[in-house]
Amino acid sequence: MAARKTTKKPNISADELKQYYRDMLLIRRFEEKAGQLYGMGLIGGFCHLYIGQEAVVVGLEAAAEEGDKRVTTYRDHGHMLACGMNPDGVMAELTGREGGYSKGKGGSMHMFSTDKHFYGGHGIVGANVPLGAGLAFADKYLENGRVTFTYFGDGAANQGQVYETFNMAALWKLPVVFVIENNQYAMGTSQKRSTSTPDIYTRGEAFGIPGEAVDGMDVLAVKEAGQKAVKHCRDGKGPYILEVKTYRYRGHSMSDPAKYRTREEVQKIREEKDAIEHVRDLLLAGDHATEEDLKAIDKEIKGIVNASADFAKDSPEPATEELWTDIITDVAPQNA
Amino acid sequence: MATEILMPALSPTMEEGTLAKWLVKEGDEVSSGDILAEIETDKATMEFEAVDEGTIGKILIEEGTEGVKVNTPIAVLLEEGEDASDVESATSPAAAPAEADDKEDAKSEEKTPAKAAAPAAPEPDASPDWPEGTEMKTITVREAINTAIAEEMRRDDTVFIMGEEVAEYQGAYKITQGLLDEFGAKRVVDTPITEHGFAGIGVGASWGGLRPIVEFMTFNFAMQAIDQIINSAAKTLYMSGGQMGSPIVFRGPNGAAARVAAQHSQDYAAWYAQVPGLRVVQPYSASDAKGLLKTAIRDPNPVIFLENEILYGKSFEVPVLDDFTIPFGKARIERAGDDVTIVSFGIGMTYAMEAAAKLAEDGVNAEVINLRTLRPIDYDTVIKSVMKTNRCVTVEEGWPVASIGNHISATLMERAFDYLDAPVINCTGKDVPMPYAANLEKLALTSTAEVLEAVRQVTYR
Repeated sequence: MAARKTTKKPNISADELKQYYRDMLLIRRFEEKAGQLYGMGLIGGFCHLYIGQEAVVVGLEAAAEEGDKRVTTYRDHGHMLACGMNPDGVMAELTGREGGYSKGKGGSMHMFSTDKHFYGGHGIVGANVPLGAGLAFADKYLENGRVTFTYFGDGAANQGQVYETFNMAALWKLPVVFVIENNQYAMGTSQKRSTSTPDIYTRGEAFGIPGEAVDGMDVLAVKEAGQKAVKHCRDGKGPYILEVKTYRYRGHSMSDPAKYRTREEVQKIREEKDAIEHVRDLLLAGDHATEEDLKAIDKEIKGIVNASADFAKDSPEPATEELWTDIITDVAPQNA
Repeated sequence: MATEILMPALSPTMEEGTLAKWLVKEGDEVSSGDILAEIETDKATMEFEAVDEGTIGKILIEEGTEGVKVNTPIAVLLEEGEDASDVESATSPAAAPAEADDKEDAKSEEKTPAKAAAPAAPEPDASPDWPEGTEMKTITVREAINTAIAEEMRRDDTVFIMGEEVAEYQGAYKITQGLLDEFGAKRVVDTPITEHGFAGIGVGASWGGLRPIVEFMTFNFAMQAIDQIINSAAKTLYMSGGQMGSPIVFRGPNGAAARVAAQHSQDYAAWYAQVPGLRVVQPYSASDAKGLLKTAIRDPNPVIFLENEILYGKSFEVPVLDDFTIPFGKARIERAGDDVTIVSFGIGMTYAMEAAAKLAEDGVNAEVINLRTLRPIDYDTVIKSVMKTNRCVTVEEGWPVASIGNHISATLMERAFDYLDAPVINCTGKDVPMPYAANLEKLALTSTAEVLEAVRQVTYR
């Protein structure tokens, strides 16, 4: 991972820093709570937590404008919270309840919000990459000036359809930012054992797509790179690749014992690189906030997360009739 | 208030586990993310992390205990300012999780399977496709598809077509001839040879407010893209709880052409017809092709439109109407009769119609039903016909196992068993990859002779 570039006193307002702290903390506490509810049997199936990677989505959302789109993989809770989706609706989807974003029919891996321009939530590794380029294709066709953030992992970066998409996105100059969230492990296989290139963003060069590596544990660095990428897209220059080097603290999914890496490796990153601690340090060192201020934020977040858990437990299971709805529609979509 | 730490479920299937090792002891302070214990699940040994911060007040389950049920309290966590005396308050009420019991209720409400009730005679929509007296014009299936696309592109600016050789080459099978000239390169998009990628881009574009028509040079190549068709296009409406669907048409020639061998000759009718969330159409005539393709382009769901290369050049009468469409799920009785029902679709109809003409010479009046849409299927028209004829033969070019014919047979058994005077016979392609040799290829396909033989059997002649 690249060394931190930011100084102790970045050129950024206290409010903005606090907002990033708050947004990242919301994701972490939400995911911890989700892990707990999984342990209690309230969440079932596959559940992939985002803990450790919070700076990626919070930094990139800071570079997005209203109307920009995003699409991601199955490790999607952080993306949804970062783009402003309601924690209650996300948590209730995790528990498979009527109040969830997909009425309980999608689960952890499949949620959508047309209001927030969030297009899923996809479970097939790599498949969301052409989908994101397709959203960008529509934006270019409709000439609406929007940009699509298409997130995928270092594992997906070895899928063929990613390169089919790179080719067409470059050929047609589609306004899409490909965000490779490189957390260094494709499930249990380290990047070294699966990927021939140490820097995955360099694979864009073959297609003429510019890209760069970004320190994904530094929210300010992510935001800055995101702004550059977005500008490139909005200027009509076509796609841009950001390889955001990050780290997931938890296993691939809830049932992953994570024996492919040492506890010391995880602990070292947590202690030295944690994205939330980083912003916390910036806030305190820059006299932007006191310990008391931060405690108040912690408390607020804890309240939001606990409320979402209560909502998700209290919301009823979907009505049995829901089994048979939403298969075919007669209504023209209002997707865009 | 002191809180209980419960035995966690650490896999989708775990019901109990072994508390292998405690990594904390009573009195230890812990914060969120600290590892509390190692737990052996049905799959592996997992580390169990703290969610809340506090002090370990009491360990309730000793390490080494086997068979600890999920949700059993295993320790008590004290918050700031609490001491051991608060432990009691947490452990006294039985904190039995009630959630699991709810499942029983759901089971009892499970939808009962379709009942084999006394068959009521169905009343299918038997209205004609166009008003009587409409002026007719003879065109090929190719021209019908071409004009359907052009008309819909004129009607709606968000409709565009993409695929290999659709623009400058004017279509590998000349379906898109002239479209580039009229609509320009923005709406008639040549793609690289990259089915998986452009199918996914098409689906994404359909979510972004467009109405894509994705042409596969043949449906054989769509196997490269089938994940996007099924997992992304067909399932999103359901997975999103109805928030967003995929208004997209996947079209192209399907099934055997002539002497193109195993990899270019497969009929995918039964494959796609199995998938909830899709519409599946296989037209036979030029009017089917035109009316149904226009409906497909306007439909808010993903549509699989299975054409046939051999039929492209065949001519049929098409009504001269400003806006001619045919609804999905409506079969067409191409020939009325009382003695036997022949059910087919797509190119299978050529054998069915030829057989019916020959049977008429022998005084056997076959009713020939052209299904046209395979999802949804117009069961009612088939059942009503079989209630009249009491005999049924199905005809298709696809493979025999889990074929459309099998499904029709099963439906007839469920809904019209008492009306059948003979077992239903399915005429299908043979259960082999398509051979190249001319004589073997002919044997691998179904034929008019096979249909005639099947009719002879079901009518006991």
